[in-house]
Amino acid sequence: MKALLALVRTDLRLYFSNRRALVISLVAPILIAGFFGATLGGNPGKRPARIPIAVVDLDKSEVTKAIVASMRKDDNFDLRDFELAPAVEQVRAGKIRAAVVLPKGFGEEAPRALFRPNAAKPEIEIHVDPSQAVTMALVKGLLAQHVMEEVARSAFGGGAIGMKFLADAKAAIEKSAELAPETKKDLAELLDRVERLRSRQSSGEASGGTGFSLKMPFQTKEREVTSGDRKYNPYAHSFAGMGVQFILFSGIDLGVAVLLMRRMGLWKRLRAAPVSRRLLLGSRVLSGMIVATAMMLGIYAAGIAIFGVRVDGSWPGLLLVIAAFGFLTSSFGLLIASVGRTPEATRGIAILATLLLVMLGGAWVPTFIFPEWLQSATLFVPTRWAVDGLEAMTWRGQGLETALPAVAAMLTFSVAFTAIAVACFRWEE
Amino acid sequence: MLEATDLWKSYGETAAVAGISLRVEPGQIVGLLGPNGAGKTTTVSMITGLTAPDRGSVHIDGMALGETANEAKRRLGLVPQEIALYEELGAGANLRLMGALYGIEGSLLDERVDAVLALVGLTDRAGDKPAKFSGGMKRRLNIACALVHDPDVLLLDEPTVGVDPQSRNAIFENLESLRDRGKALVYTTHYMEEAERLCDYIVIVDHGKVVASDTRENLLKLGTAPAVPKGPSLESVFLQLTGSALRDGR
Repeated sequence: MKALLALVRTDLRLYFSNRRALVISLVAPILIAGFFGATLGGNPGKRPARIPIAVVDLDKSEVTKAIVASMRKDDNFDLRDFELAPAVEQVRAGKIRAAVVLPKGFGEEAPRALFRPNAAKPEIEIHVDPSQAVTMALVKGLLAQHVMEEVARSAFGGGAIGMKFLADAKAAIEKSAELAPETKKDLAELLDRVERLRSRQSSGEASGGTGFSLKMPFQTKEREVTSGDRKYNPYAHSFAGMGVQFILFSGIDLGVAVLLMRRMGLWKRLRAAPVSRRLLLGSRVLSGMIVATAMMLGIYAAGIAIFGVRVDGSWPGLLLVIAAFGFLTSSFGLLIASVGRTPEATRGIAILATLLLVMLGGAWVPTFIFPEWLQSATLFVPTRWAVDGLEAMTWRGQGLETALPAVAAMLTFSVAFTAIAVACFRWEE
Repeated sequence: MLEATDLWKSYGETAAVAGISLRVEPGQIVGLLGPNGAGKTTTVSMITGLTAPDRGSVHIDGMALGETANEAKRRLGLVPQEIALYEELGAGANLRLMGALYGIEGSLLDERVDAVLALVGLTDRAGDKPAKFSGGMKRRLNIACALVHDPDVLLLDEPTVGVDPQSRNAIFENLESLRDRGKALVYTTHYMEEAERLCDYIVIVDHGKVVASDTRENLLKLGTAPAVPKGPSLESVFLQLTGSALRDGR
């Protein structure tokens, strides 16, 4: 036991006495987690970034001007004014996400197309940055809302365009050979009622009443499902992910350190001492676990103090998850030491393996965006349990009982890694 | 004191050591000499318990040596060929760790650390890190680490590689002092003049076998034979016994 303590104490002393390396090991994950957290939404309560787009109005009609004005008021858009060619160039350069082109004649054709299925529909061109597929869907959705509202306002409103729209529509219905007589009659009645409505609206507007227009028939209200009523904090995910990534890197250092000790003859010296192999490897696992746990606690301390990460779940659960991940990290390091040959070659392969583990574990992007088969497959990736466990104990606000499966899974992986490492460890030089 | 009997070790089809026996008495320095690939390092590894022999046995004070913790290992000190030190730990801290691995603690550990630092002339550098030491100082501390638990048997695997003459001389004086205190030493080297100065008994191995094993004086007598034209030196005897062809280590 005294020999074990001496070895562990030495490892810890060596690790924590290298202050520069220690600061970098702590600062790097905190900075990168901070960056990821900011890009994923930043501080809770703050608005997401507005989408920079351009609307090129080639029509300059009352309708298109109203659409542009409506979009300008929309907080989702950062509307820029450009002519067509410069707007497309801005999209190509990545300065704006999309350029919406309202064609000439849009103001006349769009209301007409509302009630006449065979009428030619005006075409809105959207020049889009192909790397921004999600933005495209968002722009199309919001554009539909603004266009529908303004076209309907124009069609049913009291202006000259509305009157012309009704007159044209009635004439077209009358002349139509395709419509059944009953349908013609119903449509004519509908347009008459609309005309009466418009007349009342005109007199109502003149006397200060409220006008009529078509609006979206619903509103949405977002309710974030987190623990309690607190806002979701994206830093909670980024600190889990980056913490896992950088602590696993420290596992690589642990493994490579054993290989360096072998090269330096230190391992030979330790093995010549009257201590068991189990004690030698056990001391490495124990010191690695203590370092990994302490570092993760340090990273979370910064996340809590600086970035507002909250432990809304169980504190004991969080500590258990972190300790289990510490064991996982040190057993991973031992595995690296047992299968590696030279420190240089081993470091490269270990970094690749770590990045794969981290990526599949959902440390970079949440696992729910993975294909379904990959979501199932990543249950066999230990880092997935670490990230899920950390998130469950922080922003998901889960209790200790939710931490236990993650802890059990990580302990199982750790024991398996240790067993393989011990079996494969090259004791002879 | 140390008795290695009929040691055999093969790696695949290659026999690295084929029946080497060695005996070292208290107060004796035995030189283990041989060209590259002769089997010296494998022999030392088996004697220190780092490598299990395929056949044969090693006994220290009558106790069989095992690969793991046992009393025989406690009586053995190894000075590896490499400078096997924690470069970022102070000299004293390196010694304390080594002492703790051998079960020494408290005031006894303090005494032993002070004693070995004094022996190798590093008392005033106890708090300094080996990273700041010269090559000779590191070599001396390397030896001190093997002595802190006061072993009965000390194995030194080329302990003077890359050191200046002053440090080498200091190391020799340390080793001679240990011999005078009744320690048993096994010394492997490529430098014949070192073996000639230090060793009471010399074992020359080649191709995994002992080709000569005798006192220094008796081996030097071979130098007067007509087959050794360069005269009575250990180097000429060594070359006569092992040949002058270049060797590549295995």
